Amino acid sequence: MMPGDSGVDQTPAATARLDADSAEWLRVLADAGPRRDAALARLHELLVRIARGEARRRGPRLQLAGPELDDLAHQAAADALIAITGKLGQFRGESRFTTWAYKFVIFEVSAKIGRHFWRHPSVPFDAEDWDRLPGRFAFDPAQEAEWRDLLAALRRAVDEELTARQRRVFVAIVLNGVPLDALVIEMAANRNAIYKTLFDARRKLRGALAANGYLPDDRSRCS
Amino acid sequence: MTGRSELDRFLRTDPRDVGCAQAMEMLHIYAELAAAGDPVQARYPGIAAHLRACGPCGDDFDGLLAALRDEAT
Repeated sequence: MMPGDSGVDQTPAATARLDADSAEWLRVLADAGPRRDAALARLHELLVRIARGEARRRGPRLQLAGPELDDLAHQAAADALIAITGKLGQFRGESRFTTWAYKFVIFEVSAKIGRHFWRHPSVPFDAEDWDRLPGRFAFDPAQEAEWRDLLAALRRAVDEELTARQRRVFVAIVLNGVPLDALVIEMAANRNAIYKTLFDARRKLRGALAANGYLPDDRSRCS
Repeated sequence: MTGRSELDRFLRTDPRDVGCAQAMEMLHIYAELAAAGDPVQARYPGIAAHLRACGPCGDDFDGLLAALRDEAT
């Protein structure tokens, strides 16, 4: 199955029975006036807390801290609140309302971190630094004689088997270490489209390497 | 050889992988069940396969799960 081409393994019921807290959230958010305002303020407070926790969890990897991290969390919470209130009709009660809402703020943190990458990019996304590849996959420099041919074959397959778009995505993510969410912004795409492009590239490259004896051929093993 | 197996692991694709759109759509359900100890990997193998292979979606899942677990303590 190709990513995004077919359904989930088990589709939940269109509308599940709401728990009492979730029903109350929906009721007050659909209301007007002070009750709704109070609910929005409470939801925003929850979203800021979740966004701060998530930004802190990812912060060390991104060298984000202090006011910058807090600012990112507040922006994520504000944008998530807009997304949530705009999609209330899509909540089907398959989880608690707050779990559904937290998902949006986690996505917003991810997206903002993707944008943050381009403020201090370590490499141009389309540079081709093949020397990084051995380190990327933990090849032992002392055993270069054993893996030199494999990486040369991989490079040939990248050149000969991939489409221009697949090659661009592979180079950015694998050779240059550009985070997928950052590439989404650079290529004005969405996460699913970039992932599918990389998925197809991975499958083609593995097929080429297996066909030439550089990696195990699963088809012959199964027959 | 570590490098060869690492490269092989990266290039392998799982035909059950549902992709980012489906995984993101279901993430709140999957995470809530996982937080409750439900065997989600068996129940939703296509999402489990995707979360293993996709760094950003896997990270979102870890973050949502951490938020739910923090809330429960």
